[in-house]
Amino acid sequence: MKCPLINKRILFERGAKPRVENNKCSSRLTSFARRLFVLVFFYTVYFTNYTVFAQPVSSTELITRAKQYDGQEVIYQGEVVGEVMRRGPYAWVNVHDGANAIGVWAGLSLIQDITYAGAYQVRGDIIEVAGVFHRACLEHGGDLDIHAANVTLKERGKKSLDSFDSGEVATAVLLLGVLVLIWILNQLRGK
Amino acid sequence: MILKPQLKDAKIIGYYLGKVILGLAFTMLLPALLAVAKAEIGPALDFFTSFEISLILGLLLTWACFVEVELNWMQGMIVVSLSWLVAMALGAIPLYLSGHWKSFLDACFDSMSGFATTGLTLAQDLDHLSFAHNLWRHLIMFIGGQGIVIIAISFFVKGFSGAFKMYVGEARDEKILPNVLQTSRFIWLVSITYLVLGTLALGAAGISGGMRPFNAFFHGACVFMAAFDTGGFAPQSQNILYYHSMIFEIITVAIMVLGAINFKLHYHIWMGNRKEIIRNIEMVTLFITIGATFLITAAGLAQANVYPGAVALFRKGFYQLISGHTGTGFQTIYAAQFNLEWSHLALTGVISAMALGGAVCSTTGAIKMLRVGIIFKALAEDIKRIILPEKAIVVQKFHHIKTMFLDDKQVRAALFITLAYIALYGLGTLVGVYYGYPFLNSLFESTSAAANVGLSCGITQAGMPAALKVTYIFQMWAGRLEFMSVFTLIGFFIAVVKGK
Repeated sequence: MKCPLINKRILFERGAKPRVENNKCSSRLTSFARRLFVLVFFYTVYFTNYTVFAQPVSSTELITRAKQYDGQEVIYQGEVVGEVMRRGPYAWVNVHDGANAIGVWAGLSLIQDITYAGAYQVRGDIIEVAGVFHRACLEHGGDLDIHAANVTLKERGKKSLDSFDSGEVATAVLLLGVLVLIWILNQLRGK
Repeated sequence: MILKPQLKDAKIIGYYLGKVILGLAFTMLLPALLAVAKAEIGPALDFFTSFEISLILGLLLTWACFVEVELNWMQGMIVVSLSWLVAMALGAIPLYLSGHWKSFLDACFDSMSGFATTGLTLAQDLDHLSFAHNLWRHLIMFIGGQGIVIIAISFFVKGFSGAFKMYVGEARDEKILPNVLQTSRFIWLVSITYLVLGTLALGAAGISGGMRPFNAFFHGACVFMAAFDTGGFAPQSQNILYYHSMIFEIITVAIMVLGAINFKLHYHIWMGNRKEIIRNIEMVTLFITIGATFLITAAGLAQANVYPGAVALFRKGFYQLISGHTGTGFQTIYAAQFNLEWSHLALTGVISAMALGGAVCSTTGAIKMLRVGIIFKALAEDIKRIILPEKAIVVQKFHHIKTMFLDDKQVRAALFITLAYIALYGLGTLVGVYYGYPFLNSLFESTSAAANVGLSCGITQAGMPAALKVTYIFQMWAGRLEFMSVFTLIGFFIAVVKGK
């Protein structure tokens, strides 16, 4: 039996389950699917004004070309800074890409992997956010933000040990000596 | 004939300058203690080193220039203007040592911006700055807002007469209480009372917004200091946008307005004279100018269709406007958005608000409400003179704590300072345009610097020309001191060179 739709042969044999056999026309299906995909893609781009930006977009790009990206799904990558601020089933995560930090509004289930937020002596987790960018979010009082649909941990952050510069220590000790000297001179002058 | 200053003048100035430096040195111990408590070893050393340098300089000056003479007016003014320059340099040391500022000039820029309660910043990687350095950035706003020499007056200066001359030199021409020492202490009492209340309110808002308690109260204290002293620094690079909280924004608006009110009015409100709020010329002028400039801004935003609804328009438009009018400089939008999204009309509204400022004897900069009110009263008087018969006697009154007759001397003084501010706004604009920035952006940034506001449309960056940084530092300094002590210092140097 020949299936007219998918252009594949289905074999029915007694005592066995029906099985599908690709016929020589299967390459036609691939070609048809490709054409269909191209058509759908161009229709999406030209007629629905909805774009998915597959490459991460920088914060500078988002801020300076906000009107172009408004309402689009974008991918944004950066370091989590400050702290994750929970608001009910959602949270605000501020993500800094080296130029600016942008607020990401994400469901708690999406941000469970976040452990470190950037602060003094702490490098925050690097995350990749896929979500809808808002130039002036109606839900959040006109904030420029991203509503996350997916958050991926790209690199785990870490804490580092505090240290001090040996030159600065030497300067501090020297200045302490000067202070003691001034105090001694003052005492002598007083006498 | 210009008289050449004598060595005695230099000694008196040096002695009082030393006192101010000593006061400043001890304030550095606060962030040093926080650094120790938070185990921030590097920052603790930064502040200890800065404390030592300041203490040595202060001690050397007070001992080398020891005098038991009261300051005269000229000396008092010079002590004030020099104190602010020395405070800028000393306050910049811990900032520079942190490694978050690209050069010492950048650290000086932020230090002056902090002391002058401006809020423009050249800090790098602010989100990784230590607690101690962040406290210092906000503490210098608290110190500068009250007045650097107020610390010295409150704790180190014995003579009332000399103290009053320094107090006036710091752009505080109104005594709240008969004695200047009591006035200084009252200013501290008001500020510290509000500091406690404001920190609690902002801390609670932070906790309800999902922040950890320590962070919430630390941010609360920092943001309070920046809001009440109409400064504009914030602990994170996104400024107030970081919190994504309407409650936080409402509380900061209330604190900014409190900071923009005359300390004398605070005193009368504290004493139960609440009617003064609606009768005082400064408050009336403030309400009118806020309303007028907001109308311009809102019209500009609506015209350009910047925000998707009335709530967003009000929340963004009013916040940036009130922040500009009170001279604070908090932002809930990115600097580039001013440039790219806000229309010229909306920017004009904000620039006008920044140029006008808050009340005299408050922590704000700019022309200030009393002067604006007086100028309008004088204008009204002149119009009446034209309309009424020639023989009619026209008098104009205004109410500022008490009802007074408007006289020409007051009008002349108000116009003189207003013209000086306009010239200062123009100076920064010219330098900005010279370096290739668009006119409106240059005017915006220049007004923000000279009026000690801190809103930025993106010009203030570490990469901007050094001459523009120096211009803005000068504007912040001259704008905060309201010119008189700066003119006196310039006159002093002219007398040194040309005097006989």
